[in-house]
Amino acid sequence: MALVLNEEQQLLKESADGFFAEKAPVSQLRKLRDDRDETGYSKELWSEMAEMGFAGLLMSEDEGGVDFGAIGAGIVAESMGKNLSASPFFASAIVGASLIKHAGSTAQKEAILPAIASGEVIVTLAVDETGHHGPASTTLKAVKSSDSYVLNGMKTFVPDAHVADKIIVVARTAGEKGDAEGLSLFIIDKGQSGLIIDQTVMADSRNWGKVTLEDVIVSEDAVLGTVGEAFPVLDKALDVGRCVLSAELLGISQEVLDRTVQYLQERKQFGTLIGTFQGLQHRAAHLYSEVEILRSAVLKALQAVDAGTNPAWFASLAKAKACKVAELATNEAIQMHGGIGMTDEFEIGFFIKRARAVQNLYGGYNYHTDRFASLSGY
Amino acid sequence: MSDLDTFRQETRAWLEDNCPQAMRKPMKGDTDFCWGGRNYVFQSDDQKVWLDRMAARGWTVPSWPKEYGGGGLSKEEAKILAAEMRRIGARPPLLSFGIWMLGPALLEFGTHEQKLHYLPPIARGEIRWCQGYSEPNAGSDLASLATKGEDKGDHFLVNGQKVWTSYADQADWIFCLVRTEPEASKHEGISFLLFDMETEGVSTKPIKLISGNSPFCETFFDNVKVPKENIVGERGKGWTIAKYLLTHERAMIGDQGVPTPLNVIAKEKLGLADGQMEDKALRTDVARHEIDAAAFMFTMERATDEAKAGASLGAFSSMLKYAGTEINKDRHEMILKVMGSDALEWEGQFSNNGEVARHWLRTKANSIEGGTSEVMLNIISKRILNLPS
Ligand SMILES: Cc1cc2nc3c(=O)[nH]c(=O)nc-3n(C[C@H](O)[C@H](O)[C@H](O)COP(=O)(O)OP(=O)(O)OC[C@H]3O[C@@H](n4cnc5c(N)ncnc54)[C@H](O)[C@@H]3O)c2cc1C
Repeated sequence: MALVLNEEQQLLKESADGFFAEKAPVSQLRKLRDDRDETGYSKELWSEMAEMGFAGLLMSEDEGGVDFGAIGAGIVAESMGKNLSASPFFASAIVGASLIKHAGSTAQKEAILPAIASGEVIVTLAVDETGHHGPASTTLKAVKSSDSYVLNGMKTFVPDAHVADKIIVVARTAGEKGDAEGLSLFIIDKGQSGLIIDQTVMADSRNWGKVTLEDVIVSEDAVLGTVGEAFPVLDKALDVGRCVLSAELLGISQEVLDRTVQYLQERKQFGTLIGTFQGLQHRAAHLYSEVEILRSAVLKALQAVDAGTNPAWFASLAKAKACKVAELATNEAIQMHGGIGMTDEFEIGFFIKRARAVQNLYGGYNYHTDRFASLSGY
Repeated sequence: MSDLDTFRQETRAWLEDNCPQAMRKPMKGDTDFCWGGRNYVFQSDDQKVWLDRMAARGWTVPSWPKEYGGGGLSKEEAKILAAEMRRIGARPPLLSFGIWMLGPALLEFGTHEQKLHYLPPIARGEIRWCQGYSEPNAGSDLASLATKGEDKGDHFLVNGQKVWTSYADQADWIFCLVRTEPEASKHEGISFLLFDMETEGVSTKPIKLISGNSPFCETFFDNVKVPKENIVGERGKGWTIAKYLLTHERAMIGDQGVPTPLNVIAKEKLGLADGQMEDKALRTDVARHEIDAAAFMFTMERATDEAKAGASLGAFSSMLKYAGTEINKDRHEMILKVMGSDALEWEGQFSNNGEVARHWLRTKANSIEGGTSEVMLNIISKRILNLPS
């Protein structure tokens, strides 16, 4: 497949870029933060996004979506990265939707996918239990008693936890911490007794939460996929998520590069534009190269997800590279802005904070470098 | 079946029938390359057969027009041919500066007669070219070159010195930058001349490198007569051609092909324990390199696909040259780490006379030749990022 966007995808990119720049620029995130907004995102924005089809990119028309695949999701995520647009897009329309699509029964798909695509229902995934990603490290227990399950345990770093209507919880039904075997997925509805959600304020001012389950009792209908065999399908959905997060990091990296280059063209010191200093030119040019290389890795990975050709390997490659480049881009951006880059009033700080959260989600540089090596057979 | 599918099938079948088995083994350094030229001694019959068969189809230069010795393939077809050759590990039948550098420049700037005269012998591997750009006092600042060509009516009289002229002692002809308009400004006075290295007054002196090899020379011109019709483009407009050629040279140097994956070398050398490399720090470093290398390869692929979709490569080739050469240098440092002290053996059978060490040292030139990494970063700053000067 040619490593370029086709016409349809190009149009999606243009409309997404225009949409987020106008409707959800960084100033909107700042306002949500400063107002300590309870929802943490603009509901109006989210319904407009759904109208644009952005909440149904991964769903077929029958499922209520627009069928743009992972490539489409990546295009939109990149625009959101450039603008730091807050919404349940990633949690619900990407990861939630992928899990239901890959693991759900016909009834579950029919009930949930169109509702995600229309933006009415928000679904999120609760997987990690410590500050480090590791689906196989799950200890949250689900114990079967007659025809129901009792769940006990804690999850952290759950995106959009407090606004989700349904939380897909990764639980251990067999085996030990560290085993990929013995994991199961459960769909828990908001308001379920024993489900406690604590919103956590994180550096990026976006929606995160801790989820605690205390004797949560659910029926067998709550099971998503096959009991004890959740890992492969979970990892598959996570890989979609990892590629889309890489696209968001690409958007962040590109945006801070563009803003930095613009600053180098405007700011004067020693009687001249600082952009004339070769020490800065070379750093900007190196960063440009890295961002271009990341762009190729992300596009390739998104294509691999859609084609089903070794998506795990490509996802780890893209996420590892994205973590590296985003770290470089955001650090260089602050440095080359000097003191103003350190101020809250200036927007660069919002980008570095968001970047680190996205880098961490579903595995950072080390996690994916290690996984890449394993998947490459060494 | 689409035309391209048919093309793929036919190409695959033809390669199966016509590519000698010996030409499907990886090349081990310069000596296995087929450079062609009047003085070239084929390393084997297979090497000659392979060149002749490919040249007969125009597939040494698949996308050049047929009338100039090329294959006349579309970009899609050329991509398929490359993929099919990669599939069976077929070596390129011919490598040369004529193919990478002069050919593209002639196709763009040459007259029809020049193309008919110079291109087919390049495609058939009959004439080998060298590049006379750099001078002792004109390296990165190439436009300050001083080799001069005086107008003597029907010819230019060329005097001066070039340096770092790769394979000058083995080449048949040279494409050479010469100052023909001494009054004009730095960039306006240069002409792009072609001449035979056997012309009276041309001499070369090999320079030994840190790798112990002598792949390049000092080249001297002492009253060399170059007929006026051997100029490409207009008088004094050679700089434009020189720069155009450099974008092709850079794209080529940046593209290091698809070498044996580092992890394969590492596994061969160090083995695995429980499915993993035992030295965890090295394992991580290998993965880091492979991620960078793969992402760069996708970038080459994207550049090709974008060019196919009509985008012009332009200054982007400087980015490819910069990143590609830095990654290739990193690859060879990694090979040294994987092999430990074994990599440093300089003579002897065990190391095939220091193949690894010499190759490692050769890669240090990647970020110098064809414009240094620093110069590439300057170009990116100015042309792509529009930073002020
Ligand atoms: C293996 C090899 C093969 C070659 N083959 C050929 C050939 O076939 N034909 C040919 O004509 N030439 C050839 N060259 C020459 C090559 O193009 C030059 O070496 C190159 O352009 C650099 O010039 P220089 O060596 O004079 O270094 P210099 O230009 O003197 O550079 C020295 C250092 O200064 C830096 N520098 C220079 N200017 C700037 C600047 N403006 N900003 C920042 N840093 C700067 C450089 O990056 C470098 O680090 C070859 C070189 C090598 C190593």
